[in-house]
Amino acid sequence: MTTTTERTYAYADLPRLMGRMTGDEKHGPAATSTLDALWVLYDRVLRVTPERVDDPARDRFLLSKGHGPMAYYAVLAAKGFLPVDWLDGFGSYDSPLGHHPDRVLVPGAEIGSGSLGHGLPLAVGTALGLRAQGLTDPKVWVLVGDAEMDEGSNHEALAYAGPAGLEQLHTLVIDNASASYSRPGGIATRFEAAGWSASTVDGRDHAALYEAFTAPHPGRPHVVVARVEPKDHAGEPE
Amino acid sequence: METMRDRFAPVMARLLDEDPRVAVVLAEIGKDAFEKTAHAHPDRVINVGIREQLLVGAGAGLALTGLRPVVHTFASFLVERPFEQIKLDFGHQDMGGVLVSAAASFDWPEGGFTHMSPGDVALLDTLDDWAVHVPGHPDEAETLLRHAVAPNTGSDGKAYVRLSTQGNAEAMPVDGEHFLTVREGARGVVVAVGPLLDQVLAATEGLEVTVLYATTVRPFDGAGLRRAAGAATADVVLVEPYLTGTSVAAANDALVDVPHRVLGLGVGRRELRRYGRVDEHVRAHGLDAGSLRERISRFLG
Repeated sequence: MTTTTERTYAYADLPRLMGRMTGDEKHGPAATSTLDALWVLYDRVLRVTPERVDDPARDRFLLSKGHGPMAYYAVLAAKGFLPVDWLDGFGSYDSPLGHHPDRVLVPGAEIGSGSLGHGLPLAVGTALGLRAQGLTDPKVWVLVGDAEMDEGSNHEALAYAGPAGLEQLHTLVIDNASASYSRPGGIATRFEAAGWSASTVDGRDHAALYEAFTAPHPGRPHVVVARVEPKDHAGEPE
Repeated sequence: METMRDRFAPVMARLLDEDPRVAVVLAEIGKDAFEKTAHAHPDRVINVGIREQLLVGAGAGLALTGLRPVVHTFASFLVERPFEQIKLDFGHQDMGGVLVSAAASFDWPEGGFTHMSPGDVALLDTLDDWAVHVPGHPDEAETLLRHAVAPNTGSDGKAYVRLSTQGNAEAMPVDGEHFLTVREGARGVVVAVGPLLDQVLAATEGLEVTVLYATTVRPFDGAGLRRAAGAATADVVLVEPYLTGTSVAAANDALVDVPHRVLGLGVGRRELRRYGRVDEHVRAHGLDAGSLRERISRFLG
């Protein structure tokens, strides 16, 4: 291991980093629904670093489900994209870190989000744009929530991307059973019907997530449905 | 007769050849005209099917990778239906792109209200920093398309180009920025936008008014209007081929330091519920030369 003056952060540090935003190191399932999948992506899968945020050949991660971004900010801070000190001002007027991320303000954030259903179409365009420039190696990842799949714009995007064979495109669905109307397995089935490769895994199991994230899917886009604890319907805003 | 839209695909074919940053995104509408071009540039002529939210979102996604997207369909499906995609995927993401519409306010009256978009420019006015071009002739459409896409200049701005089957007999030397002075008179200033110039010239024959020709309405050439109003009288009539009054606020802002009057003429807000021909709709909205002459004369007094 190389020794640097800068502190490196591990998975075990994430609750404390999130605590700098929430004021509590204990977090319910809703706040951490994306945490494990995000960590595995940034720690082991995505080929992007703070030094490469403008590299045309970097992998892209688009957070489409912008609600409850504490886990995202914690991972970006842990990986050095943004200073850990920024976490303290979360949501304040002078902070670049809002309750929905803004790509113009947050280093390493590929898109701003908050309004649901925008990330997957943007990711389709990103994959098309990379391919048009001969950049066929970088991968595009977009994270959506299971209830976000209610939005028709996602259906437009997934129904196009499959037949178009956008192999560079990857969707990560965090499924905490928060959609009011859904059928078991419905999400993966919809993607598969549109020609995607699909894996459904335990969203807390790092080895299973890694395996699903890196599964080959020649000629097709790939979706990983990561199942986590059902959302607490206590009525608190996320 | 060649339409502005007939010119669109050939101009884009040349821009695609000239600039590797340029990409065209379609949603079925207009794809036939791009068939040959799509063979030459299969990765940069993209048809996403009948999916207008994806049309705009994917266009902005191309921009995220550094391309210059040119996104095309009918105005009602380009600006109105996926309006939030325009607001967020281009505006909030801070991305540039060019939206090119067809069918305008009532280019296809037989098609009815679903294919009419008189409110497109007013809607874009709720957003920041969109240039709006309204050509009145296929040659002007070519000039303004090239200006909006601006190959090889690194332009990353947001621009809307509103193509129409309606227009004027002769092209004018438009530049993508300024109003042109077509006629000078002392009694007032009439601003004719895009396809309505010929009607306005016929309507104001002998009225001793200045006629300005506007094909780029955003940013609004306030300096040009102030100059004309200063030389004539600050009684201003705006004749616009989209929703009545769309540019009244812009004209008022331009003339804030001088006493002035502004009359906005354009397409009425009330749904007509008529099919028929374009000239019948022009007349129904009071935009034919005879109706315009009467309304302008009454305003000038």
